[in-house]
Amino acid sequence: MIKLEKLTKIFDTPGGTITAVDHVDMEVGEGEICVLLGPSGCGKTTNLKMINRLVVPTSGKIFIDGKDTDDYDPVELRRNIGYVIQQIGLFPNKTIEENICIVPDMLGWDRKKSRARAAELLELVALDPALFLTRFPKELSGGQQQRVGVIRALAADPPVMLMDEPFGAIDPINREVIQDEFLKMQQTLRKTIMFVSHDIDEAVKMADKVAIFRDGKLEQCSSPDDLLAHPANSFIADFVGGDRTLKRLRLVKVSEAMSKGAPSVTAESPVADAVKAMEDHGHANVVMVDERKRPRGFVHMNDVRDKKGPVSDHYEALEATVDAREDLRTAVSLMFSNDVTWLACTDADGKYAGYITQRGITHLLGETYNQ
Amino acid sequence: MRRLEILQYMIDNLGLIGERTLQHVSIVSVAVGLAILTGVPIGIAITRNRQVADAVLYVASIIITVPSIALFGLMIPILSTIGQGIGYLPAVIAVLLYSQLPIIRNTYTAINNVDPALREAARGMGMTPGQRLRQVEIPLAIPVIMAGVRTAVVMNIGVTAIAAYIGAGGLGAFISAGIADTDVRQLVTGAVSVSILAIIADFFLLWLQGRLTPLGVKT
Repeated sequence: MIKLEKLTKIFDTPGGTITAVDHVDMEVGEGEICVLLGPSGCGKTTNLKMINRLVVPTSGKIFIDGKDTDDYDPVELRRNIGYVIQQIGLFPNKTIEENICIVPDMLGWDRKKSRARAAELLELVALDPALFLTRFPKELSGGQQQRVGVIRALAADPPVMLMDEPFGAIDPINREVIQDEFLKMQQTLRKTIMFVSHDIDEAVKMADKVAIFRDGKLEQCSSPDDLLAHPANSFIADFVGGDRTLKRLRLVKVSEAMSKGAPSVTAESPVADAVKAMEDHGHANVVMVDERKRPRGFVHMNDVRDKKGPVSDHYEALEATVDAREDLRTAVSLMFSNDVTWLACTDADGKYAGYITQRGITHLLGETYNQ
Repeated sequence: MRRLEILQYMIDNLGLIGERTLQHVSIVSVAVGLAILTGVPIGIAITRNRQVADAVLYVASIIITVPSIALFGLMIPILSTIGQGIGYLPAVIAVLLYSQLPIIRNTYTAINNVDPALREAARGMGMTPGQRLRQVEIPLAIPVIMAGVRTAVVMNIGVTAIAAYIGAGGLGAFISAGIADTDVRQLVTGAVSVSILAIIADFFLLWLQGRLTPLGVKT
């Protein structure tokens, strides 16, 4: 969808020439989010701004959907690319509705259509159109303004979006919320997105592909998990951090590390059934579920080996359970805070789905290193 | 006793005061109107180049330091060639020149101070330079430009009073006659009228400034 070929930008400054972007080749597929990552001054923003010609390349080519962007008038090109900046840049003299409708108006959309679109987009980010359409930017909080900044870029439904540290100026709590909202929107919108960030955690969370820059050169471009598991050189390894394997926890869902088909017992089951289930399955604990199949407790092999009676006489309560749709970071955090080495996992309905162990997690993460 | 005489003079000459006020307003409004039409585009144009901006502002500053009476004197021989050495035309030209500095400087400053992020957002969304000016930069610059216009108007109501000496009429005619005839009644009438006119003009322009300022920018 977006293809860069030997893209280069050299700035002439009084102190000599500076190569901001140096022969960058890369490709972003349709519907992908590609995060451009690197320390400040690495050329990631210049690289982004060349795509909508805010910066004119010194040499090299940019293709969008197979078409050379040199062939477009820059103004026309920009109207067909969504653009979001860190400072948001809502025009204070225009209402929220007018701000959102800027590009549709310039493209000559029917007024009714663009106004309806503005209302629809506000609903998409959970802002009530009746309340917000007629307001001015200064009457909105920072988080609300940034949401409007994003939907303004989406107003004319461009296939490609460029985002320059779009969530950089928002406090950490709101940032997480907006990132999640944005990812949810992206699941249905499937825009092709180039996204500049200097935050490795944000990149790992948002990206289908991460492109790491240093001194204008593209150092590595791969999936977040691949980047964290196999950094191409020591610069990247340093940049992604010594705790990079821990960062991978966020990329793996509990369901992927969970042992499925694990047995369960009920409160009425005889202890002998529980012991047999543990022996058959090879795990020293078995989960006790209630009549709605929700995990309620567990029995440990050592506690019940030679005991008699129903499970209800011997079980211990579960300190915590984890939703199988969560990522491993949540699971590990729960294990640490409850001082346990395994957790019962639940599905969307709260039913017992399997269990996850610390060994299972380390094994799963370690596997990629042996490949 | 004196005070009553002055008041009596004012009452007796209300018609004349009105007439000269209109002349006064006509000179200032025509000249400042023309100054807006020239000064605002110049102020916008010079934001493109720092050196040109410095030169233009320097020249405008020099003009404003020339005493008005000297400026009128300078214009007499020049404008005499078209038979307009004294009267309405040189008065308008003087006010036009004096208004340039506040209007150009305020326009330049206001446009230059528009948040660069807004300019980048506007460019990135595909606005042409003209659209950026009309939709973003000028609306945001209006309060500061209007402040320049107010300065120009109030200052030039005073300058216009002196234009009575070159036969331009206006409220200055009371003052010049008052001095020539040592007539305190005319002198005070002229001075008070000019002051009241300046105050009213300032309030009117303040109100206009408020009306022209975009709703979302008001504090």
